[in-house]
Amino acid sequence: INHIVHNGGLYKRPFNEAFEETPMLVAVLTYVGYGVLTLFGYLRDFMRQWKIEKCQNAIEREEQKDFVPLYQDFENFYNRNLYMRIRDSWNRPICSVPGAKVDMMERVSHDYNWTFTYTGRVIKGIINMGSYNYLGFAQNSGACQEAAAKVLSRYGAGVCSTRQEMGNLDKHEELEKLVARFLGVESAMAYGMGFATNSMNIPALVGKGCLILSDELNHASLVLGARLSGATIRIFKHNNMQSLEKLLKDAIVHGQPRTRRPWKKILILVEGIYSMEGSIVRLPEVIALKKKYKSYLYLDEAHSIGALGPSGRGVVEYFGLNPEDVDVMMGTFTKSFGAAGGYIGGKKELIDYLRTYSHSAVYATSLSPPVVEQIITSMKCIMGEDGTTFGKECVQQLAENTRYFRRRLKEMGFIIYGNEDSPVVPLMLYMPAKIGAFGREMLKRNIGVVVVGFPATPIIESRARFCLSAAHTKEMLDTALKEINEVGDLLQLKYSRHRLVPLLDRPFDETTYEETED
Amino acid sequence: MDIKSMKNYLYWLYCQFELITCSYLMEPWEKLLFYTFNITMLAMISYTAYIFIPVHVSTAFQFFLHLLGNQHENTVSIVK
Repeated sequence: INHIVHNGGLYKRPFNEAFEETPMLVAVLTYVGYGVLTLFGYLRDFMRQWKIEKCQNAIEREEQKDFVPLYQDFENFYNRNLYMRIRDSWNRPICSVPGAKVDMMERVSHDYNWTFTYTGRVIKGIINMGSYNYLGFAQNSGACQEAAAKVLSRYGAGVCSTRQEMGNLDKHEELEKLVARFLGVESAMAYGMGFATNSMNIPALVGKGCLILSDELNHASLVLGARLSGATIRIFKHNNMQSLEKLLKDAIVHGQPRTRRPWKKILILVEGIYSMEGSIVRLPEVIALKKKYKSYLYLDEAHSIGALGPSGRGVVEYFGLNPEDVDVMMGTFTKSFGAAGGYIGGKKELIDYLRTYSHSAVYATSLSPPVVEQIITSMKCIMGEDGTTFGKECVQQLAENTRYFRRRLKEMGFIIYGNEDSPVVPLMLYMPAKIGAFGREMLKRNIGVVVVGFPATPIIESRARFCLSAAHTKEMLDTALKEINEVGDLLQLKYSRHRLVPLLDRPFDETTYEETED
Repeated sequence: MDIKSMKNYLYWLYCQFELITCSYLMEPWEKLLFYTFNITMLAMISYTAYIFIPVHVSTAFQFFLHLLGNQHENTVSIVK
C-alpha cells in the first residue's frame, strides 16, 4: 500500500489500483488452447458443410446461398465452435429472488449444449456471487416490499403512456426530487431503463460538430449513445489521464478535422466503476482537466451509486468532491436499489431541456409505480430518513465485505484486477477451458458465479466476476472463499507472482503514459 | 499410501493437460482424434530422436575435434 501524494495532492485517500500483468507462460498456453479449439472448429465446420455431421446452428436458406454470407465472420465462428461448448455457464434460470442466496433450476444437456432439458429439480440455497445486489435490497420481504405492494394495489403495474403524454405520475415527481436531494444536485429525471438512459440522452446533449472523449472500456450503452449522436468520438486509454490530456490539448489546438473551427462542445464520458475491470475512475484528475480545458463531464455511476462513499452517494462522495463539478451525473437504479431504471442529475436548465428533448422522455414508457416505490423506499433507507440506521449499516457492511474478500483472494494467490474499494472483483482465468470448468465446479459446490469471456473481454483475458453484497454474511463469504480456494487448486488458477507493481511515485508529465513501472 | 497419492497426482496432471489443451471441452470422438494425433506425433518424434541424435552428436563431436587440430586424430576411432 503506497501512501504517495502525487498530482498536487488531489487525492485525499490512497488510490490503490493494480492490474497484474499476464504471466508469459499463461498467455502462451491460452493461445495454444484457442489454437486447438480453432482447428477443431474448422474441422467441425467442414463436417457440417459436407453433411457428415448434423448442422444444428442457424444457416442461410437454399435460396440465399448466393447472397452475402451471414454466418461466416469470426463472431459466428466463435459462437458455434467455442461458445456452444461452455454455454451451460450462462443464461441459467433462477427461480427465486436474487438475494444473497438464490434457487436455480437444474438443467442438463444431452447433445453438448445445443439443447437443454430441465430435470425438474430445483437447486436451493446457492450462494449468489453474481447479482448486482450491492446493498442487499433485492428482497421479497421487508419495508421496501410492503411499500411496493401498497403502491401496486393503488396504482397497478402498468403506466400505459410515455412521460410527456399521460405517464407522469406524482410518484415520478416525488422520486425525482428525492434523487436530486440524494445526489446533491439541483434537479434529476428518471427513466424506465438504464441502458436507454445512456443511449437516448447522449444524442440529446451532443450532436454533429461536438467532440466526445470516451474511455476505452466504456459500456455498450455509452458507446451506442455516442455513435447515435453523430459527434466525433475519440478514445483515450483506460483511466489514463495523460492520454486524456493529450487528446484535450489536441482538440483545443487543432479544432474540428477539416474546417479547423473550434469544437462546439467537448464531452468526456467516464464511468464510476468499470464493471469488467473493477477499477474506479480517477475523478479528481478528470475534474481538474475538465476545468482546465473547459469541457463537460458525463459520469455514468451505474455500479458506483450506493456502493461507494461513506454514505453511499457514489464516487463523487468517495473522493470528497463537489457534485456540482460533474455536469451530467447519470446512474441506474438496477444495481444498488434493487429496482430498474436510470436517472440523470444536473443543473435545472439541463434537466428541463432533457425533459423536452430526450428520446426516452418522448417515446419510452415511464417507470412502473411499484418499481418507483421500491426506489423511493430504498433511497430513503440509505439516506437514513426512514428512522433506522439500516442503510448506513448496509453501506458499511459492503465496504467491509469488499476489503475482506479482496484481501483474502489476493493472499490466496489469484490475480485480481481493479481498485481495492470496488465491490466488483474480477478474478483472472485466462484459458478457455477454465472458463467452463470454473463455472461448473463452482455450481457443483453450490456457489453461483458469472464467468466472462470474449467478446466482453479481450480474448486472452477471460475472468470470473464476483459482485459482493451487503447481504453476504461473513460465513457466506468464508464458505465461498474456501470453495474458491479449492477450485483454484484444482484448476491451477493461482497465477499471481505477488509482484505488486506500485503506482509511479514520480510526478506525471507529458512523457509518462504508463501508470506502472515494470 | 504412496501409490495412491502418486495416482492422484498423475490424475491431477492429466486434468491440467486437459484444461490447457482444451480437450476438457471436446466431445469424446474429438478427444480420441486429438489424443491419437498427439501420441502419434510424440511417438514419431521420440523414434526420430532415438535413431538420429547419437549419430549426430558423435559426428559433431568428431567435427569439432578435427577443427581444434590434427593431434587428436590417431586417438579417435572412427565408427563406421
